[in-house]
Amino acid sequence: MNFFAIIGRFTLAAFAALGRLAIFTGHALTHLVRPPLYLRNIGQQMLTIGYFSLPVVGLTALFTGAALAQQIYVGSSRFNAESTVAAVVVIAIVRELGPVLGGLMVAGRVSSAMAAEIGTMRVTEQIDALVTLSTDPYKYLVVPRLVAGVITLPMLVIVANIIGVFGGFLVATQTLGFNPGNYLHTTMDYLERSDVFSSLVKAAIFGFIIALMGSYHGYHSSGGAQGVGRATTDAVVSAFILILFANLVITIVVFRT
Amino acid sequence: MSRRAKIAVEGLKKRFGPKVVLNGVDLTVAEGESLVVIGGSGTGKSVLLKCIIGLLRPDSGRIFIDGRNTLERSAAERKAQMARFGMLFQGAALFDSLPVWENVAFALLRAQRMRKREAKAVAIDKLAQVGLDAAVAELYPAELSGGMKKRVGLARAIAAEPEIIFFDEPTTGLDPIMADVINNLIVECVRDLGATTITITHDMVSARKIAHRIAMLHDGRIIWHGPKDEIDDSGNPYVDQFIHGRAEGPIRMAVRAG
Repeated sequence: MNFFAIIGRFTLAAFAALGRLAIFTGHALTHLVRPPLYLRNIGQQMLTIGYFSLPVVGLTALFTGAALAQQIYVGSSRFNAESTVAAVVVIAIVRELGPVLGGLMVAGRVSSAMAAEIGTMRVTEQIDALVTLSTDPYKYLVVPRLVAGVITLPMLVIVANIIGVFGGFLVATQTLGFNPGNYLHTTMDYLERSDVFSSLVKAAIFGFIIALMGSYHGYHSSGGAQGVGRATTDAVVSAFILILFANLVITIVVFRT
Repeated sequence: MSRRAKIAVEGLKKRFGPKVVLNGVDLTVAEGESLVVIGGSGTGKSVLLKCIIGLLRPDSGRIFIDGRNTLERSAAERKAQMARFGMLFQGAALFDSLPVWENVAFALLRAQRMRKREAKAVAIDKLAQVGLDAAVAELYPAELSGGMKKRVGLARAIAAEPEIIFFDEPTTGLDPIMADVINNLIVECVRDLGATTITITHDMVSARKIAHRIAMLHDGRIIWHGPKDEIDDSGNPYVDQFIHGRAEGPIRMAVRAG
């Protein structure tokens, strides 16, 4: 095939997908501000996204914080800067690792489940059935997930940040011989309000991405079980990439020095 | 029949990419009448139904409900109109996250904002109409057999007492006895409600039982329509081949979709 034809086809497909996503997002956002809001569905989604993700997010943060403290200690001891452990751990966890790893874990857990559930509803005509029962599928399925994602991810990330710092604290005080009081004191000294704020903003945006990707890919799935499988994979992969990309953009914007 | 047309379709066309599915469909259904659209698999019966109900937007043509072109109406008007429709889906399309009674009462609880207790009473009443007892109300769709799902789907379709009901392959996938039970229920429910109905099916036993009139869809057009008693001497070779289920005849079954 002609080389230019291949480029053209890819470009068109990319723009078509982008357009579909933009229309989908626009629809969802317009329904977000118009009643009725299905509070029960929002509550259910908050439970699924938030509460049931606590163990996996907590463990991830704990292990990451612990490993981080160990690495910082080993690295900084080469130029006698062991005292930076507490500062680096809290900055790294709150600014980057808490929201990013928390976001990725929730994306893996939740985007896939959303895509599978909504995708199955699509292929079994349950979404058509919603329309015939005078219920807007965006309002009933998509909006609750977006709202729940944006509200619960910051809460999860607060927990992740605390547990992550605690993981570093455990390693530092139990195996590296730091004084617990001093360690906590340094941690609090280096914890800036703006860092916490950026952490929560990131989390809210990641929550939006997670719910949007899960809903979008599920909503547009077709072709039976195989199509639902594809939608699930696409949801997770696109959520991962968008989270990492959004993180870079936010980091550049917020921390311009 | 000289009653006024409840549903009228004129020159309906719909294509998906290069594939023309509906190529100028004309159809009228009088008030209180039951029309059955027959045709082979993949001839666009479902697409026709989805265009009329408003789940798909046709490329051209007009669809009149009570004499008003639905395609020219605003989104709000179309939404209001949807409340007058009921639909039984091929796979029942019950919401698996909700118990049976909430499925049946879905439109009552959400669109009509009925109180939970009242809605449940209505749901149990509708379930009784389709021959299911109150114990079924608390079950989840995954716990039901195919025939029971269809019954619950029928109860949900009639729960809001619609004026127009659409049935998408109501007997497909059921054994002959259960199919007959469903056919009887459809006839009874429609008679009790006085609703106008369009059914699509390829099951001729079902078509003969449910229909007042039958129309046959082939190659994107209605190639024959008339009262159900006349279908045996339609003089149309396509119809004859279809109702007798012969492999030989003017209709060639496409081996590949698309």
